[in-house]
Amino acid sequence: MHRFGQGPNGVIMTKSDLIQILSARFQHLPARDIEAAVKGVVEHMVETLSEGGRIEIRGFGSFSVRFRAPRIGRNPKTGTKVELDSKYVPHFKPGKDLKDKVNQR
Amino acid sequence: MALTKNDMMERLIEELSFNRKDAKELVDQFFEEIRGALGRGESVKLSGFGNFDLRDKTERPGRNPKTGEEIPITARRVVTFKSGQKLKTQVEAFEGPLSSD
Repeated sequence: MHRFGQGPNGVIMTKSDLIQILSARFQHLPARDIEAAVKGVVEHMVETLSEGGRIEIRGFGSFSVRFRAPRIGRNPKTGTKVELDSKYVPHFKPGKDLKDKVNQR
Repeated sequence: MALTKNDMMERLIEELSFNRKDAKELVDQFFEEIRGALGRGESVKLSGFGNFDLRDKTERPGRNPKTGEEIPITARRVVTFKSGQKLKTQVEAFEGPLSSD
């Protein structure tokens, strides 16, 4: 059993790892540009979803925003009922290529 | 209109003065690297956005919805996405409504 949050092989790739990998690959560009680009792409995705928009990346998947109807929840500690307002939540649907890639054994 | 790799690329060209070729490759590689890591069994954490985790599912009984025939859903590994605090908070602040496109 792997520790919570790690992949089954015990490794985590972070945004900084991604910046390092890409910097090594784009050696003709300054590392700070790669960092700005990776952060920029992430920020672009956050902005889009924050406005209720969709993101579609062929072969990877799509991100969308879903509506959650209001409901009665419970405080798990005290058991008291709490009214929860409706809200919007981000959702990811993996694309076929990504699904196949993680499932190949 | 959904955000695509093309839109991301255009922004890198406009805001960070990337040339078209570098911008295209960077955006392609960004997603390719994440997919590669998940394919190797690594989870991916993008701070400010969210985490892509892997879950191993055991075989379970399933049904062909058309014919009603019972067919087992084989054991498989799937990707799940859990949005980070920043993304969650910002999306919660969206007032709606969602457009239908």
